Amino acid sequence: MAPTIAEEMARKQREISIAEFFEKNRHLLGFDNKRKALLTAVKEAVDNALDACEEANIIPDIIVEVIEMGSDRYRVIVEDNGPGIVKNQIPKIFAKLLYGSKFHRLKQSRGQQGIGISASVMYSQLTTGRAARILSKISPNKPAHYYELKIDTSKNKPLILKDEEREWDKPHGTRVELDLEGSYIKAGQSIDNYLKQTAIINPHVTITYVNPKAEQIIFPRATEEMPRQTSEIKPHPYGVELGLLLKMLRNTPFRTLQAFFVNEFSRVGAGTAKLICEQALVPPSISPHKVTREDAEKLINAIQKTKIISPPTDCISPIGEELLEKGLRKEVNAEYYCAVTRNPSVYRGNPFQVEVGIAYGGDQSQNEPATLLRFANRVPLLYQQGGCAIYKSVVQTNWKPYGLNQSNGALPIGPVTIAVHIASVWVPFTSESKEAIAHYPEIISEIKLALQEAGRKLQKYTLKKRRVKEELKKRSYIEKYIPHVAIGLKEILDLKKYETENIENELRKMLEKHRGKLEDMGFDPSKNIDFDEELARIGKEEEKETQEEQ
Amino acid sequence: MPNKVLMQIRNTALDVYNKIKKKKQPTLTTPIRALSNVTYNVKAGFFELNGKMKTRTLTASTVKSFAQTLRMMALSKELIKNNDIATKREAYYVSKNWGDARFNEQSDSDSVMDDIEAMFGVNREQIGFIADEHGGDVAGKLIVHDKNEKGKPVRIDCTKMGSGAYSIPTSVEHLKFETSAKFILAIETKGMFERLNRHGFWKKANCILVSMGGVPSRACRRFIRKLSDEKKLPVYVFCDGDFYGYMNIYRTLKVGSGNAAHINEYFCVPKAKFIGITPKDIEEYKLPTHPLKEVDIKRGKDALKNDPFVLHHKEWQKAIKKQLQMKVRAEQQALAKWGLNFVIDKYLPEKLKNPKTWLP
Repeated sequence: MAPTIAEEMARKQREISIAEFFEKNRHLLGFDNKRKALLTAVKEAVDNALDACEEANIIPDIIVEVIEMGSDRYRVIVEDNGPGIVKNQIPKIFAKLLYGSKFHRLKQSRGQQGIGISASVMYSQLTTGRAARILSKISPNKPAHYYELKIDTSKNKPLILKDEEREWDKPHGTRVELDLEGSYIKAGQSIDNYLKQTAIINPHVTITYVNPKAEQIIFPRATEEMPRQTSEIKPHPYGVELGLLLKMLRNTPFRTLQAFFVNEFSRVGAGTAKLICEQALVPPSISPHKVTREDAEKLINAIQKTKIISPPTDCISPIGEELLEKGLRKEVNAEYYCAVTRNPSVYRGNPFQVEVGIAYGGDQSQNEPATLLRFANRVPLLYQQGGCAIYKSVVQTNWKPYGLNQSNGALPIGPVTIAVHIASVWVPFTSESKEAIAHYPEIISEIKLALQEAGRKLQKYTLKKRRVKEELKKRSYIEKYIPHVAIGLKEILDLKKYETENIENELRKMLEKHRGKLEDMGFDPSKNIDFDEELARIGKEEEKETQEEQ
Repeated sequence: MPNKVLMQIRNTALDVYNKIKKKKQPTLTTPIRALSNVTYNVKAGFFELNGKMKTRTLTASTVKSFAQTLRMMALSKELIKNNDIATKREAYYVSKNWGDARFNEQSDSDSVMDDIEAMFGVNREQIGFIADEHGGDVAGKLIVHDKNEKGKPVRIDCTKMGSGAYSIPTSVEHLKFETSAKFILAIETKGMFERLNRHGFWKKANCILVSMGGVPSRACRRFIRKLSDEKKLPVYVFCDGDFYGYMNIYRTLKVGSGNAAHINEYFCVPKAKFIGITPKDIEEYKLPTHPLKEVDIKRGKDALKNDPFVLHHKEWQKAIKKQLQMKVRAEQQALAKWGLNFVIDKYLPEKLKNPKTWLP
């Protein structure tokens, strides 16, 4: 008997490994084209390096090297002075997708899912067939471990090609070396630009960068002060969905439902836990393992109906108004700078905090749309601007009262750079490649409030500037006619030259007295001592080559 | 004979100069030139200045006109000193050499000139400027004694102008008259004047015809005043039947204007009477009409509200109200509906005979 269609189909049905899935859907991870792939590989390695240093409270020194190995082939080397990785963990961290420390916790960090670096390794092996080279050392007294790794894509497991001890003169740290297919550009959505913006938004970091043109660029740290250490928080009940709740119920070591709520969540005390159980008509004394799916659903509904205090917000570390403004001063030579750090707020039980910096006037073009710099947990976002909650908030804000032009639904037009930073224990990105922030109404509303607050500061300046401009116009008008008053008097009274000049001088003095001293609102390019012209140029120089490529 | 006006110019400038030297803001004071600042002196028969003044302090908004006024005064000083004279238009062109202080329109320079006149309470000629508008045409039983360019007496017989006319000069003070006419007929349009002249109406009616050509120039007003005063002649005015004819032409001739009120005393003809065309004439002679325009209606309503002359004369108020109700106007030449010479054979003789049909 011939096999049935279903049987025929069953023969083709098999499990898909996560690695295989991403091999086919590389765009989800930021490897959709060669240019972006190179940037993503650098970005993931640098993000990890910075996270590791900060968690270990080490002031980061990062070395990034991108070497051209042939046509469309590059070697990426990222080296940090972080705490290093213990030997056993190295293969899993670099050669197993979805393995990491950051997914199961709520803490502000750059990495979140444990995909990034292993995806880079996979992309490298996919495009060049070469293994990733990892060197890591955890203490000056211990040897460094060297690994050559690949990923077994069907099993999502590390393949160890080489495992040996090596001499390394660094006291501790990690070095990652990958070969991959890519394409290098200098300007725009480039590594140069990404590293520069990273340096601006992380003033405590020193980055030494050698680009494929063998040019060395050093971004020195502006402060020795580390960002405030962020603490890990437990999930807040408002942010929990059914699937996660079921998983948590299954894995908890606590014996009663009440204890489960009190210990596994933030802001839930015995009273609140009881209240939730009563609302859901589930006894608080039963074992969490015995809670059924139906009961779990009732519990979710009960949580929404129960008043629970907002989660703690001291787990977030903003950049701060002062440093954000200083960063802008380095990058843009403007006339006026301001920054706003909002108080923390909450979306779906996750604390987050919004910051906005504005640089106005100066070198910037009058008739171009504003330059928008987006940051999430201190990481610059270079792609998918249009799909990002930050962009949406900026275009939905009315900038006209603040002295800028704007057509409906577009970025404001004027000499302005707007930097927006969102810090959160969990930044909701629209995809795994972490390029755009999802449109949560709470987030958009907070960004808008921050933009408005900064906008009002800007408004004070632009209004003043407009007033001075009008006054200057009036004064030059008066200046124009003062000599004629003097000429008229001279001709009628036959005044001598010096008498005529006296009259003109007196009239000018009188005018000054009556109209008051005028503040000089002109742009003085040398006034901003923080401005770093060379730094500002990085990532902005358009090259003919790249334009043709585009 | 240090000229009085030269002194006034000097004193005004000196005051400005001294204030500036004392670090005080200089000011210029001029009478307000508007109907709101005149009273109708019924006894004397003209609009008198009330004495409301505007004082301009040198500030951002006044600095331009301040400079222009001083420079215009300097020009005036030059003219008087050199016994020269400039037309209003010439003065405007002189200003083109003043750089930023130049005038952009002649109306601007005219206005500054009028301010200076009013400031000193003198006539334009006394500050060295003359009008460039034509003074008006004369025909009829009049002999004018004038002087030629060499200062020799000249005798002009206005009966011997053929189909042309004698043209009133800008300055009329030195003229002497000889006449046997019974009255002066002042006519708004040149067209009507031509018809009456060609058909010898002045001969038939024993009068002097004067064509004003719209709003009478100062020279024209002064000429009619002087002639009528010296020869004791009544003055009759024949205009279009509209508010422009009543107010801008007739009223200005009779009692003067708000704009140049400081000279009204000499430049008005208080004894003038309005013989037509009245609103009543339009009805009685069944004249062809045009509808009143927006501006006409505004002019009529304004007169009822603000014109001291109209406010004094009930007859005028009645006439204006009537015409506003009729919503039409009629031109002098509309009389041609009844034949080209209807005006000569019928209309004027009838009107002149019947003072009840006139307006004061």
